[in-house]
Amino acid sequence: MSADLARATPATNASGAPAAVTGAFTPASAAAAPQPTAPPAAPVLSPPPAGQDSSRRPHRGATLRIGLTAWLFLAPALILLAVFSFWPVAFGSFLAFTDYSLIHATHWVGLDNFRYIFDNEMFVTGLKNSLLFLLMVPCVQIGALSLAVLVNNKLPGIRYFRAAFYVPVVTTVSVVGIMWGFMFHEQGALNYVLMAMHLVGAPVGWLSNDTLAMFAIMFVTLWRGLGWYMVMYLAALQAVPADMQEAAILDGANRWQRFWKITVPMLRPTIMVCTILSVLAALKAYQEVDVLTQGGPMNSTFTGLYYAYDQGLKHLKLPRALAASFIVSLFCIGIALLCLRYLKPKHR
Amino acid sequence: MNTRALKVCGHYLILCALAVVCVFPFWWTLVTAISTEGNIFAFPPTFWPNKPSLENFIEVFRTIPMWDFFRNSIFIAVCTVFWKLLLCSAAAYPLARMQFKGRQLVFGLILATLVLPSEVNFLVNFITVTKLSLVDTYTGVILPNVVTAVAILLLKQAFEEVPQDLIDAARVDGASEWTIFSRIMLPLIAPWLATVGILTAVESWNEYIWPSIVMSKPDEFPLSVGVLYLRGTFGSSTRVIAAGTVLTILPTLAAFLFTQRFFMRGMDGAVK
Repeated sequence: MSADLARATPATNASGAPAAVTGAFTPASAAAAPQPTAPPAAPVLSPPPAGQDSSRRPHRGATLRIGLTAWLFLAPALILLAVFSFWPVAFGSFLAFTDYSLIHATHWVGLDNFRYIFDNEMFVTGLKNSLLFLLMVPCVQIGALSLAVLVNNKLPGIRYFRAAFYVPVVTTVSVVGIMWGFMFHEQGALNYVLMAMHLVGAPVGWLSNDTLAMFAIMFVTLWRGLGWYMVMYLAALQAVPADMQEAAILDGANRWQRFWKITVPMLRPTIMVCTILSVLAALKAYQEVDVLTQGGPMNSTFTGLYYAYDQGLKHLKLPRALAASFIVSLFCIGIALLCLRYLKPKHR
Repeated sequence: MNTRALKVCGHYLILCALAVVCVFPFWWTLVTAISTEGNIFAFPPTFWPNKPSLENFIEVFRTIPMWDFFRNSIFIAVCTVFWKLLLCSAAAYPLARMQFKGRQLVFGLILATLVLPSEVNFLVNFITVTKLSLVDTYTGVILPNVVTAVAILLLKQAFEEVPQDLIDAARVDGASEWTIFSRIMLPLIAPWLATVGILTAVESWNEYIWPSIVMSKPDEFPLSVGVLYLRGTFGSSTRVIAAGTVLTILPTLAAFLFTQRFFMRGMDGAVK
C-alpha cells in the first residue's frame, strides 16, 4: 500500500515484540500516519500516559535508574568524543595563543599568531575564498534535490542512474584530484569538448588561471558532493506517505502543486540539515585544493583551512595553523547559528 | 499514451546527460590506464582504449606492495565500521528514547562537534596519539574516527521512528534496557545501520591524511596512502598512475555497486 505501512513493516518483523502489540500497532499507525508520536490511537496495551513521554516515570528510583542506564549507554562514545573532538579544539585554541613547538618550552604570546595570519596575504585570500565557496551551497542543494526527484521513480534501470550519481562520492579525494587534473589539462577532454561545441575559442588553463582555478575547484566539490545529498533527499522523498499524494491527486492538485504543497514541507527538516551540513562543508573545504592546485596559481586558491593545513603539516607552524582554524571555527559557528535561526521548521 | 512515452524519453535523456558528466572522468582514467600507446593529451583525445593491455597494472604491483595496502585498508575499514555502529547506536538510543538529566546538554555537545572544524583536529590529535603511544598502530588510526556526530544524529533519527508501543511492551515483559536495545531496537533500524556502515566504510577507505600521519612504515599503509607513494615513485608515467588510481577506486566501486542493492532495497522496502 503506502508509506504508513513502512512504519508498520518493521513491527511485524520485530522478533521480541508480543504479537498482540504488533497487531494493535498496525491499525493505530495507519490512522495516525505521518506522526508516529501522535497520541490518540496508541493506548491499546501501553501504560497510562502513552506516547513519547511514557518513559518518564514518577518514582525517583526509576528516574535515577534510567538516568544511570542512559549515561552507561553514552559513556564510551562521550569519552572518545571528549578525547578526539573536544580536547583538540580546547587544547588547540589554547595553543593558538602560544608559540608551541617541539623544540622549546611553550610561551604565551597573546594575539601574535592572529596578527601574523591577518597580515598574511595567503590567509586573507583564503578566508575570502572560503566565503566564496558558500555560493556552492544553493547549487548543491537545488541540484541534489532535483536529482533525487529525477531518480525517485521505478523506471527500468533507475538503479544504475542512482549509482552513477553516487559514484563520485565514494571516490578518494586524491583520486578525484588525479582524474580532474587530467580533465582540466590544457590538452584535456574538457577543453576539447568545449571547443568542439564552440563555447571557447582556445584551450583554457582551468587550473593555471588565477581567477578560474578557484571556480574549477568549486565545480569539483560540487561534482563530488551532489550524490551524497541526493541520497539524503531520496530517503526523505521515499518517506513521504504515498496516500497523501493520492489524496492530493483526488483533490485535483497537479504535479507542481503537489511538489510545493506536500513534498517540500515534508522535506523541510531534511533540507535544513543538508543546508547546514553543506554550509559547514563549504567553509571547511581544503582537501580538493590540496589535490588539485596546492593553493596555486599565485596563491589564488588558498582557503581558510587550506592555510591551516599548509602551515601545520607542511611548514610545522602549529600555532599559526591553529590560529587560522580558530578563525574559521568562528565563521562556522556564526553562520550555523544564522542558518538554524532562519531555517527552523515553522510548523509544529 | 504518446505524450507519456515522450515524457519518459525526455526523462531518460536528462538522466543520461547527467550520468555522463558524473562518470566521464572515471571512464577517461580507465581508458588511460589500459591503453599502452599514443599521447594522452592530444586533440582530439582518445575516448576509446588504444591497444588495451594490463601492462600498466602489472607495473603497479611490481612497484608497490599493493596486496599489503589492500589488506591494511580492509582491516581498518572493518574495525571502524564495527566500533562505530556499536558505540554510536548505543549513544543514539538514550538520546532518542530516554528522559534523563543532561540530555539536552549532551545533545548540544554532539551537535557542536559538527560546527567545529574537525578537519584540522589531526594537528592536536597527533600529540594525543603520541602521548597514548598509539603511533604506528591501527588503533591510533581507528580511534578518532569511531564516534562521529553525523552517525549519532542519523541513528537517533532512526530510533525516534520506532513506535513507543514496542518499547513499552518489552518493558512490561521485564526486558532490560540492553535487551530492548540489542534485540528490538537494533534489528528495527537495520536499514539505517547499513546506511551508516556503508558510508563509514567508504569514508574509512578513502581517508588518507590521518593514516599518513599516524603510520610511518610503508608496508603498513592503507591503500589511499600507498597510492600517493606510487605518485612519488612514478611521477612521470601518467599511465601507471592512472592504473594505480583505478585499482584504488575499484574496491569502493565494487563494494558500493554490490551493497547499493540492499542499501536501496532497504529504502524501497520502506516505501512498498
